[in-house]
Amino acid sequence: MTRVYSESKVKHLTRRGALGAGLAALAAPAVLRAETAPIKLGLIHPVTGALAFSGSQCRAGAQAAIADINAAGGIASMGGAKVEAMLGDAQGRPEIAASLVDQMAEGGAHAFVGCFASALGLAATQAAAKYNLPFSIDSGLVDSLTTRGLGNVFRLFPNASSVSADAMTALDTINKKAGSPAKSAVIVHEDSEFGTSSAKLTAAVLPKIGIEVKELIAHATPTRDFTNVALRIKSEKPDLVIISDYQNEYVLLARTLVQQRVDLVGTYSVAGGGFNLKFAKEQPTIAEGMMDFNHWYAPKNPRGIAFRKRIEDAGLTLTWEILFGYFAVQLLADGWSRAGSAGKEPTIAALNSSTFADHWMPYGPTKFTNGQNSGAHAVALQIQGGDMHVVWPDSFADTPAIFPRAKT
Amino acid sequence: MPGFDIAAASLVGGLLTGGVYALVALGLTLIYGVLHIVNFAHGALLMVGMFAAYVLAARFGIDPFLAVPLVAAFMFCLGWALYRFVIGRVSRGEDRAMLLATLGVAVVLDNAALVIFTGDTRTIETPLTFAVLEVGPLLLPVGKLVACGMALLMAGLLWAFMARTGTGRAIRAVAREPEGARLVGIRPDRMFALAYGIGVACLGAAACLLLPSFYVSPSVGENFVLIAFTIVVLGGMGSFPGAVVGGLLVGVAESLGGLFLGESLGPITISLMFILVLLLRPTGLFGVAR
Repeated sequence: MTRVYSESKVKHLTRRGALGAGLAALAAPAVLRAETAPIKLGLIHPVTGALAFSGSQCRAGAQAAIADINAAGGIASMGGAKVEAMLGDAQGRPEIAASLVDQMAEGGAHAFVGCFASALGLAATQAAAKYNLPFSIDSGLVDSLTTRGLGNVFRLFPNASSVSADAMTALDTINKKAGSPAKSAVIVHEDSEFGTSSAKLTAAVLPKIGIEVKELIAHATPTRDFTNVALRIKSEKPDLVIISDYQNEYVLLARTLVQQRVDLVGTYSVAGGGFNLKFAKEQPTIAEGMMDFNHWYAPKNPRGIAFRKRIEDAGLTLTWEILFGYFAVQLLADGWSRAGSAGKEPTIAALNSSTFADHWMPYGPTKFTNGQNSGAHAVALQIQGGDMHVVWPDSFADTPAIFPRAKT
Repeated sequence: MPGFDIAAASLVGGLLTGGVYALVALGLTLIYGVLHIVNFAHGALLMVGMFAAYVLAARFGIDPFLAVPLVAAFMFCLGWALYRFVIGRVSRGEDRAMLLATLGVAVVLDNAALVIFTGDTRTIETPLTFAVLEVGPLLLPVGKLVACGMALLMAGLLWAFMARTGTGRAIRAVAREPEGARLVGIRPDRMFALAYGIGVACLGAAACLLLPSFYVSPSVGENFVLIAFTIVVLGGMGSFPGAVVGGLLVGVAESLGGLFLGESLGPITISLMFILVLLLRPTGLFGVAR
C-alpha cells in the first residue's frame, strides 16, 4: 500500500457506481465491512542527489516496517487499520522537505517519518509542527531536532551529544583495557558543520581520557586525493587517527593511510560515513580492524539476526539507516496501537508516554523527554574477518575489540 | 610548514593526478574543438565509463587497466550513437539546441544510473591498490604511476591520430570549415559523430584509470567535470597540448595548494590560477584567437 506523492490519481465515483459499491458492501462479510480507513504515513527522504543512498536505505527500512505491520493484520486496536505510505523525495533540499510536508498534510497524512539528514529534518519537523502532526525522526543527529520545543517531534535514536559522549567512553574503555597503547591522535574531519562540530567535541574530550590531540586536519568535500593528509599524519606519528567524514572521503582516506604505510594503533570514527558492511567486503585489506562508533542492532538478538538475513536476501546491504527507518515506523505504530487512534493529539500523547520495547536495538528502556528517547545508545563497532562486530558495551558485544589493530 | 619530503611527494602526487585529469579534459576539448559546444553530459558519461569498468572488474574480474580497450570501445560506440541518434537529430545543427541536448542526456544518464545502481558508492581493490614504488623517502603509488603514464600515452596517440591520419585531418577540416569540407566530399555529420565518439572514448579510458584509486557512484562525474572545464579553458579551448599541460598544472596546483593552504582552502589555488590566466591570456595557455 504505497503511494508516490503528487502522483496519486483521483477516482471519480458515479452515482450508479456508488449504489453498486453500497450493495456490494452490504452483501460482503462483516469482517470486510469493519475494515477501517488506512493510516496515511508520509515518508520523506532524499532518494535522489548526493544523499540518495542513505535516503533510499531509510525508505527501504520504513517500507519493510509497513509491510510487517500490514502483514500482521494492521493496527489491531483500530480494527486492523492498514498503514499506507506516501513517498516523498526531498532531493537533499530542506525547502523541498518542508514543501512535501505541506503537500502530504493536505493529502491527509496522519504522521511523518524522515528525513535522514539533520538539515532536512529541521525543516520538515518545523513544517509538520504547523499542523501538530506527529513526526518520528529516523536519522538526523543534531540535538536541536528535539530541543526547539516542538511537541510533535519524537526521536527514538540517540542525539549528537549522547553519541559523542558515549564514543569517548567507549574509546577510553577499549584503550585502557589494552594497556593504553593510544596516547596521541590526529583528527581528520570534513569542514562542514557535521565534521567540524564533531571534531571539536572530540578534541575537547580526548585529553581528559589521556590522549593528546596532535593536530586537527580539515578538508573540503569532495577531496579527490588524500596523499597530503596521509603524509601530514605520518609526520605527526600519532597512535590514533580519528575520522569524521562522509562516505566517499572516509573510504579514500582509509585507503591512502594504508597505501602511505601510516603506522597506527588504530583508526576510530564517530558516525563514520563510509563504515559499513559493503566497505568491509569491497576493501577487506583496508577495513580490517577499523573501528567506528555508530548505530547497529543487538548482534546476539535472534530477531536482529533474522532481520539482517531478510534484508540481505532482498539484495540490500544492512546499514543503520535501514534499522532507523524500520523502527521509526514501528514506534509510531506502537503509538497508534496504544492510542487506538491515528488522530494527532492521541498519538502524540501515546508517544510521550511510550515505553516502546518491541525492538532489537541495543537500547535500554524507552523514555521520552521533550521528544528525545534518553534510553538510546550507539555502540562501538569493529570490522573483523570482513564482518562488522559490536565490541562495546560488553552487555551487547559479540566479540572483544582487537586493539591495537593487527598490522596490514 | 611541511618538510621537503612532504612537499616533493605532494608535487609528484599532483603530477600523477593531473595526468588523468588531462585525459578527462582531452575528450571535452576535442568535442568543443570540433562541435564548438560545451558537452554538459561529460560528467555523466565519465560516470557511465566508471560503472562499465566497475562491472567488468566486480563481475568478470577484469582489471580496470586491462579493461581500457574494452571500455573505450564501448564508450566510443555509446558516444557515436548518442550523437547520431539523439544530439545530432535533436539539435538539427543549432548550437544552442545541441547544448540542451547534452544536458538532457546527462539528466537521463544520471537518473538511469540511480535506478540501476542506487545512490551507493562502490570501490574495488586491485593487485596495484597498495603497491608503491620507493624513490628515496617517497612512496609513489604504482597504480597512479601506471594511470598517469597510460593517460599521457593515450593523449599522444590521439594527437598523432588527429595530426597524421586522413580521418584526423577530415575531423579538423570539419571543425575549421564545415562547408568547405563538404565541398571536398567530407560529410560533416559523420565527422561530428566520430569526434563525439572519440571524445567519449577518452572518457572511457580515463574512467578505467581513475577507478582503482577513486570510487564510483551516480554522482561521481560532478567531482571531475568542473576540473575538466577549468583545464580546457586554462589550456585553451580546443587545444590538445593545452589540455595536457592544463591537466598537469591543475593537478599540481590542487596538491600543493592543499598542502600549503590546508585541504579546505587549497582548492582556491585552481580558481586563482584560472582567473589569472583569463586576465593575462584570455584565449588560454595554448589557445588561438579566432
